[in-house]
Amino acid sequence: MAYRTHLMVCTGTACVSCGAFNIKKLLEEEIKKQKLDKEILVVGTGCQGFCAQGPIVVVQPDDIFYQLLSPEDIPFLVEEHFLKGRPVKKMMYTPPGEKIQIPTVSEIGFFSKQRLIALRNKGLIDAEKIDDYIGRDGYNALIKVLTSMSSEDIIKEIKNSGLRGRGGGGFPTGLKWDICKNSKGEPKYIICNADEGDPGAYMDRSIVESDPHAVIEGMLIGAKAIGAQQGFVYIRTEYPLAIHRLEVAIEQAQEYGLLGKDILGKGFDFDLEIKQGAGAFVCGEETSLIHSIEGISPEPSQRPPFPAESGLWGKPTNINNVETWANVPRIILRGADWFAGIGTEKSKGTKVFSLVGKINNTGLVEVPMGITLKEIIYDIGGGVPGGKKFKGVQIGGPSGGVVPASLIDLPVDYEKLTEVGSMMGSGGMVVVDEDTCMVDLARYFLEFTSDESCGKCASCREGSSAMLEILTRITEGKGKEGDIEFLEELGYAIKDASQCGLGQTLPNPVLSTIDNFRDEYEAHIKNKKCPAHVCKALISFHIDPDKCTGCTVCAIKCPADAISGNRKEPHIIDQDKCIKCGICYTVCKFDSVKVE
Amino acid sequence: MPKLNIKDLEEIRKKVRKAALLREGISNAKITVHMGTCGIAAGARPIMNALIKIVEESGRDDVIVTTSGCAGLCSREPMATVELKGETPVKYGDLTEDKIKKIFSEHVLKGKIVEEYALVIGSEREP
Ligand SMILES: Cc1cc2nc3c(=O)[nH]c(=O)nc-3n(C[C@H](O)[C@H](O)[C@H](O)COP(=O)(O)O)c2cc1C
Ligand code: SF4
Ligand code: SF4
Ligand code: SF4
Ligand code: FES
Ligand code: FES
Repeated sequence: MAYRTHLMVCTGTACVSCGAFNIKKLLEEEIKKQKLDKEILVVGTGCQGFCAQGPIVVVQPDDIFYQLLSPEDIPFLVEEHFLKGRPVKKMMYTPPGEKIQIPTVSEIGFFSKQRLIALRNKGLIDAEKIDDYIGRDGYNALIKVLTSMSSEDIIKEIKNSGLRGRGGGGFPTGLKWDICKNSKGEPKYIICNADEGDPGAYMDRSIVESDPHAVIEGMLIGAKAIGAQQGFVYIRTEYPLAIHRLEVAIEQAQEYGLLGKDILGKGFDFDLEIKQGAGAFVCGEETSLIHSIEGISPEPSQRPPFPAESGLWGKPTNINNVETWANVPRIILRGADWFAGIGTEKSKGTKVFSLVGKINNTGLVEVPMGITLKEIIYDIGGGVPGGKKFKGVQIGGPSGGVVPASLIDLPVDYEKLTEVGSMMGSGGMVVVDEDTCMVDLARYFLEFTSDESCGKCASCREGSSAMLEILTRITEGKGKEGDIEFLEELGYAIKDASQCGLGQTLPNPVLSTIDNFRDEYEAHIKNKKCPAHVCKALISFHIDPDKCTGCTVCAIKCPADAISGNRKEPHIIDQDKCIKCGICYTVCKFDSVKVE
Repeated sequence: MPKLNIKDLEEIRKKVRKAALLREGISNAKITVHMGTCGIAAGARPIMNALIKIVEESGRDDVIVTTSGCAGLCSREPMATVELKGETPVKYGDLTEDKIKKIFSEHVLKGKIVEEYALVIGSEREP
């Protein structure tokens, strides 16, 4: 039966947590009630990227975007739009600070500047239906490699495309495959790294949830190129929906004979197994991950040997990130030249970023390499909320560095980010505004990484706690002359002496904030002030007697009983009692409370 | 489900292609049935159902069928607008199942406007 309209209901993790499954069910019921169930199909999709606006429904072919839907909206929506053909304005998206709704996906800035390769099926297929994937060119690249490409041809194509690892290191993928293929040892293994330990990052989860077959097809092509017959997807236990969709996808692919023996009757064997991750951040590091699959303690080991030479059970093993794998079928199908035509000289294609922090449109975006930060933050992200000043963006996960506002025109690629003391990492972007204290931000990331250090190297273990201690001291107002220099020295020493990427990068947030915001560190240490008014020990609240109307609101709300004054007379804060909760500052309607 | 060979896979792709194109909004022809209150009262629903069937039977996977609200011409309902890619939309009125069948086979498939049923060629403009 053909349907005239498809309702693409986002059932990604974020939307599900705001009731998307219920919205989907109600839509189906209402549509049935209006006797439209033979004309209109309701489809559950993976994350569509605009998670802050969930639950989301996109109406195709009309391209109309409905957002922030509540159960009460559904009967009206179904009657008005799907029965009577009148799109419902009030459920559409209005850009921040504007008044007029934007009806279609293609007109919304958040979507229109994106360029989709890894996420090309997002919002367009039901991830649990292999036929949906097939209908969008799925497994066509597999046919191509099985019928007309040798393993050398595949590797050459991937090399020429310029694809580099999306898991952090940016290592050329074709070269990695080549090394593994030429390594001695049988059998060979391939692994998909879906550990995604960065707090706040969820690009890999999203790809697996919205398009698991893209990852499977990418791995099939890699396996054919490298000569592997067994693959593993290492995915964190905290991703139940992604694991479920992957399980369903593997099952369906096995049923169709796209995984298993004699695939598509072409004499090629390959199968896939899911391994659930132990959860520690360091498990995402490749040698540690391999240990975890082997069932031994997940600690990184010295490289070389690299996994391509001696990996899983001592055999040649190729490990790539989820997003890297998802790019592969498109490169094979559309050709290396097409892919290499997108991006910058050394960084080709696109990158998926998760955009979070002080930004209007939080969500997941896929953009061409070389796009400027300005385009990402303003055109796609809609700028900083509340008219606050943009201060910088921390890129690359917990060991990424902060790029300051002055570099907003920076084109985003592997080299440029490294040049300015940050990194591509896995693609986390945390936007910070004038209300963010950079010392506190560095301290926050150090707290995470020092906690996640596996403890094998003294430099990483001791060094990170020493840095954290100094940073904590500074934010508590006990910073000393020489702290900044010592942090720098320590940072470089940890980078040099640590064995794995965790230790080698964890000083980045500190070093990059010292580089770009040294005055803020100095203000904390020398003047005992926190310019962003974040570090409690360094701020105090005062009432401006000229502005205070004596309305008594603050005195009533103050949890510490620190405010006194007669009605209609200026109030005063007792600094000894004040616990710096900031409530008075928030409740005063006359802007009389000042922070210093 | 038996294991597929390449031909089987291509068969599946052909079968689901229409849905994929529809979701991308890719089409060479769009037929809009007007579903205002009076449209529905005048029998727009059966026209819609018939149309969906005709399109499916034709095997054409690049034709979109959609609805819109009141067209402002209640006396001529049921109505539909046919818009071929790159051409001016044509409004047809007083439709019956036979008429829509003819419009589909002449206008959509062969590109010939069925003048006897056409109400307006080109869209009315805002003043
Ligand atoms: C501490 C640490 C954590 C890592 N976590 C991940 C991760 O969660 N996902 C990932 O794909 N790569 C992670 N990596 C990078 C992997 O070691 C490896 O380089 C990557 O999976 C290779 O795939 P790619 O070449 O496709 O990027 C991590 C590295 C380090 C040092
Ligand atoms: S650098 Fe840190 S996380 Fe990596 S092996 Fe050494 S101690 Fe463990
Ligand atoms: S709320 Fe503001 S105006 Fe009212 S008493 Fe407190 S400081 Fe004064
Ligand atoms: S900051 Fe909190 S504790 Fe201090 S005076 Fe204001 S309301 Fe009271
Ligand atoms: S989960 Fe729905 S848009 Fe991300
Ligand atoms: S409701 Fe049909 S023309 Fe007005």
